[in-house]
Amino acid sequence: MDWVNAIVQGIFVGGLYALFATGLSLIFGVMRLVNIAHGDLIILAAFLSLAVVDGLNIHPLVSLVIVVPVMAAFGYALQRGILNFTLGKDILPPLLVTFGLSVIIQNALLETFSADSQRLQAGAIETASIPIGQGLAIGVLPLIIFVTAIVVIGGLQFVFYQTTLGRVFRATSDDAVTARTMGIDKSHVFALAMALALAVVAIAGVLMGIRTNFDPAVGPARLLFAFEAVIMGGLGNLWGTLAGGIILGVAQAIGAQINPGWQILAGHIAFLIVLVIRPNGLFPRIQG
Amino acid sequence: MTPLLETRALEAFYGDFQALFGIDFTVGEGETVAIIGSNGAGKSTFLKSITGVLSNKADAIRFKNEPIGSLAANHVVRRGIAMVPEGRRLFPSLSVEENLQMGAMSKRSGHWTLETVYRLFPVLKERRYSPGTALSGGQQQMVAIGRGLMANPDLLLCDEISLGLAPIIIKDIYAAIPSITSEGTTVAVVEQDINQALAVADRVYCFQEGRVSLEGTPDTLTREQISAAYFGL
Ligand SMILES: Nc1ncnc2c1ncn2[C@@H]1O[C@H](COP(=O)(O)OP(=O)(O)OP(=O)(O)O)[C@@H](O)[C@H]1O
Ligand SMILES: [Mg+2]
Repeated sequence: MDWVNAIVQGIFVGGLYALFATGLSLIFGVMRLVNIAHGDLIILAAFLSLAVVDGLNIHPLVSLVIVVPVMAAFGYALQRGILNFTLGKDILPPLLVTFGLSVIIQNALLETFSADSQRLQAGAIETASIPIGQGLAIGVLPLIIFVTAIVVIGGLQFVFYQTTLGRVFRATSDDAVTARTMGIDKSHVFALAMALALAVVAIAGVLMGIRTNFDPAVGPARLLFAFEAVIMGGLGNLWGTLAGGIILGVAQAIGAQINPGWQILAGHIAFLIVLVIRPNGLFPRIQG
Repeated sequence: MTPLLETRALEAFYGDFQALFGIDFTVGEGETVAIIGSNGAGKSTFLKSITGVLSNKADAIRFKNEPIGSLAANHVVRRGIAMVPEGRRLFPSLSVEENLQMGAMSKRSGHWTLETVYRLFPVLKERRYSPGTALSGGQQQMVAIGRGLMANPDLLLCDEISLGLAPIIIKDIYAAIPSITSEGTTVAVVEQDINQALAVADRVYCFQEGRVSLEGTPDTLTREQISAAYFGL
């Protein structure tokens, strides 16, 4: 039963990893940018929520009303003001600049909030659980996170394939020069994509902050999980990213069940196995 | 005839390489102009300069009597110039219909809508949900033309719309031109097939090594003049 429980919990953790990963996947999909600061942006969102919760004395989930638009606006400005200028034939500048951004965010958070470990206090939902028989129980919070991941991915999928904005994202990603001759301003489109990605990052950061402790230095580990989930699921496939997140979560849960020290290692091993068997991920995007 | 588009001493560069050397060119409203010339003569470069893909001096290009040479491509199309690019350049991730809808992103209104484009090329309606790149070459070319029309341009620039297509398909494609001009769009085509160009155009420009080597109406130009201008003999 412990094993079944571990796997069930792993699946739910996978929802959180998928939330970490979707923003990364979206940005890569639209503008071929690998955002090294992605994990730190998740942590930034968690700290932002912390500040809002402390300042206004509201529930962390309510803080999303502020954190999501603020992060989205920050994403738009970041893309328009800096990242657009790094994009070109050479893949190195965006890597270097986002790496620099990662360092800046970590240090700014350290200066502002200290290195102390923090947690967003969400009250009863943190410990509430729903028994599903035979000694198994599903935590309400993991369930909320998992359902949120599905809703977010479903929503992004809808935006990408059913809306004008999504069509513009795909066309610009295909061929920005031709899109431009149709009136599309690439800088604006990419900034909108980053805004959307950071809105998702905001949700991921707040939910993570309710679920686990965080401090200014833990961003890069979130980036790694996100990266592994994206690659395992197949680049540019959001439902694949959810599957990648779940595989990572389950692998970590199994590892931890064998030996508590093996949790993270097991995730990396699963990643390497998938990479060896399916170098393009499990569900690569079907190319036209 | 009122000039719709005029270029004066237009030059174009790729880095240090100069591709166009002072092109003087005019298209009148309602006139169909063809640009011919051999490989590398600068025809596509010329269209890219007009549409703002390559930037220029403001005054080198005047459209409806306003300087547009320094406008970026996304602003040029709003003024009413659309391009059917060389090689069609359909968006591979988009369906036929989505490709057409992209053409309307400049938000100009007019005769051309999905409905009227489908009336012009009925086969596209049948294939509207297929990926654009899954179509035959001729159908892809129809998508590219339809996408250009969706901008409801005053001037439509077509770059080698017959390239790589069977003669019977080329006939179909060129058959659409009168329906386009009759809705008030002026058309300029770049065409390597001299006969095709002479058949469709009111006036012909021949480019050679980045310069205009000949200009005139099809009935006044002789074969010899054209071959000399085309091949540089
Ligand atoms: N992106 C580019 N970078 C550098 N040089 C280029 C580029 N595009 C075109 N050229 C050069 O500019 C010149 C004109 O090319 P252009 O494509 O305009 O010719 P064209 O008349 O359209 O030829 P074709 O009939 O083959 O399409 C050629 O010498 C070509 O090699
Ligand atoms: Mg050409």
